[in-house]
Amino acid sequence: MSGSKSNSIISAHGVTRILPGTVPVTLVKDIDLEIGHGEFVAITGPSGSGKSSLLYLLGLLDVPTEGAVHINDMPTENLDADARAHLRLETLGFVFQFHFLLPEFTTLDNITIPMRRLGRRSRKEMDERARELLEALGMGDQAHKRPDQLSGGQRQRVAVARALANDPPIILADEPTGSLDSKSTEQVFSILKGIVDKEGRTVVAVTHDIDLADRMYRRVHLIDGRIDTDVTARR
Amino acid sequence: MFALITDIALTHIAGRGRQTLVSILGVALGVGFSIAMAALMQGSQEEFVTSLIDALPHVDITDEYRDPPRQPADLAFDVAAYSNLRPREDTRGILNATEAMTALRAFIKGNAVASLKVQAVARAGGAETGISLTGTDPVREALISSFDEDMRKGKLSDLRASPFGIVIGDKLAAKLTVDIGDTIVVSSTGDITRRFKVTGLFHTGVVAQDNAFGLVNLKAAQIIAGRPNAVNEIRVRLNDAQSARDVATQIERLIGYKSVSWQEANESLLEAFFIRNIIMFTVVGAILLVAGFGIFNIVSIITHEKSRDIAILKSLGFAERDVRLIFLSEGLAMGLAGSLLGWALGFGLTKVLASVKFEIAQATEVTHLPVTFDLLHYAIAASFAIIAAATAGYLPARKASKLNPVDIIRGAT
Ligand SMILES: Nc1ncnc2c1ncn2[C@@H]1O[C@H](COP(=O)(O)OP(=O)(O)OP(=O)(O)O)[C@@H](O)[C@H]1O
Ligand SMILES: [Mg+2]
Repeated sequence: MSGSKSNSIISAHGVTRILPGTVPVTLVKDIDLEIGHGEFVAITGPSGSGKSSLLYLLGLLDVPTEGAVHINDMPTENLDADARAHLRLETLGFVFQFHFLLPEFTTLDNITIPMRRLGRRSRKEMDERARELLEALGMGDQAHKRPDQLSGGQRQRVAVARALANDPPIILADEPTGSLDSKSTEQVFSILKGIVDKEGRTVVAVTHDIDLADRMYRRVHLIDGRIDTDVTARR
Repeated sequence: MFALITDIALTHIAGRGRQTLVSILGVALGVGFSIAMAALMQGSQEEFVTSLIDALPHVDITDEYRDPPRQPADLAFDVAAYSNLRPREDTRGILNATEAMTALRAFIKGNAVASLKVQAVARAGGAETGISLTGTDPVREALISSFDEDMRKGKLSDLRASPFGIVIGDKLAAKLTVDIGDTIVVSSTGDITRRFKVTGLFHTGVVAQDNAFGLVNLKAAQIIAGRPNAVNEIRVRLNDAQSARDVATQIERLIGYKSVSWQEANESLLEAFFIRNIIMFTVVGAILLVAGFGIFNIVSIITHEKSRDIAILKSLGFAERDVRLIFLSEGLAMGLAGSLLGWALGFGLTKVLASVKFEIAQATEVTHLPVTFDLLHYAIAASFAIIAAATAGYLPARKASKLNPVDIIRGAT
């Protein structure tokens, strides 16, 4: 299992996460998961089953109590907080249920923040890429608005654009459509699907929405912090 | 990257405009007042020291020994007691004064004058008063003391043409109702009496001097005292007044007599200045401490308000150091802005203080508060402020950087 070279981009090997305390809480237990390039994975399960917890572990925001998460077959358990942060900056994009945009910055500036932190492009190139992303998400005319001037669906699309800013191969989304109406849900979903289909990125999304999960290419179902079923659909 | 951090920091500060302004003003007040106080303190200290240096001999050599000379009995026995001893009169005086003067001139950079101090009684008309006479060389005297500049009538050098001439303070002249050209009768304690002609009047502003002090030729003083060739004081004025302490030690080693520098003579005053400076720095430190608490408070509030932003920045890939830098630079920005404003305030306050005029009751001349402009005051005040601000920003910044994004993101959803 671990150690052998695979073509998975993100993998969990016997991952358990227990919150210490007087009454320790087990968030996830014995998770083995291999996710390859270009997969579009739904994580489903009842409320409290550990979906978010698993996503944070895969995204290096949290550290397993046991087991290991590999990114591009590289173990991450020995990385310090700064090294994990840098890996997130380059290879992982997050979208949460709430947009978490910085309220003082315009749409365009919110998208350039990860690029400026990475510092691999000139300011002009950053602005150009941010505009391209907005254009692609149908938000070309909203570049100079601030988050509080946008609708919920628009904000979530900006959050997706920001996750894509540094061109990461992996997007992790925690109920990205959880607080959206059906029209916006459809927009955001088709954007995520496009990222997989057209750009070959890997998207892992937690969702409560069974219809959406059915339209994704693989479904990992959790119950009580363990993988109950893991079904890959025919494309 | 740094531009990004300052951009984020500035939006945080801007979002708390009024409180930020208050703490910037706090820092500015601390810096401004400390600059103005330092300017005034150093100004008054310098003025005072300058007037000391101008008025007093830089080194005063008297016919005393710092350690009383060992008596023959002391040398013969371990313990000796004396009784019924009376110091012999008139034997005091600097022996070999001429040689001492020659030796002094060879190594000091400055001037020296040998003089004889005599207590006497002055009479004119019906009036009579005690007078402290200094017999001196009028030409050298002009070089080592400021009497020459304080002359209101006549010149110090007029004494040379008049062996029994006397220069006295204007107050003393008024008491005796004499003026230039008049005669006063001077009698020593040894009942030697001579008539002196007033050749000049001075006004030093020091009441004791103006009231009861007279300058005569050395020879005349020696006659009045009945001590031909005697000298009991050598006063030295140095080109570099600050070197007086070292020079005094050297002189004392060279000629044996007690040599007191102006610093030693005014030790307690200089100590008082030192204590005053400590008090000043304590007050300024307290002001800046309060300003620091203000900054600490705001940056703490901002880190709480912005915990979601911190979480998202960390999830995007910001390192702990980046988060720390954001809030540290918020504290620093307030410290810097406060310092700049404080510089302007301090400069303005100093100017206002310097322009305040007031009249001292007796003196006729208008006096200004003495202030010193010294860039060091500006540098020190700003450094203190910036260090305080950096500390005040760093503490909440460190806490914020340790924040676990998962806790916040969970809590928010
Ligand atoms: N800090 C915490 N302290 C105690 N229990 C926690 C903590 N964080 C999470 N849990 C518990 O861990 C379990 C897994 O939580 P998690 O958020 O991963 O579930 P989830 O599947 O995402 O649920 P939901 O669908 O409601 O978002 C839940 O039972 C939750 O109550
Ligand atoms: Mg969840």
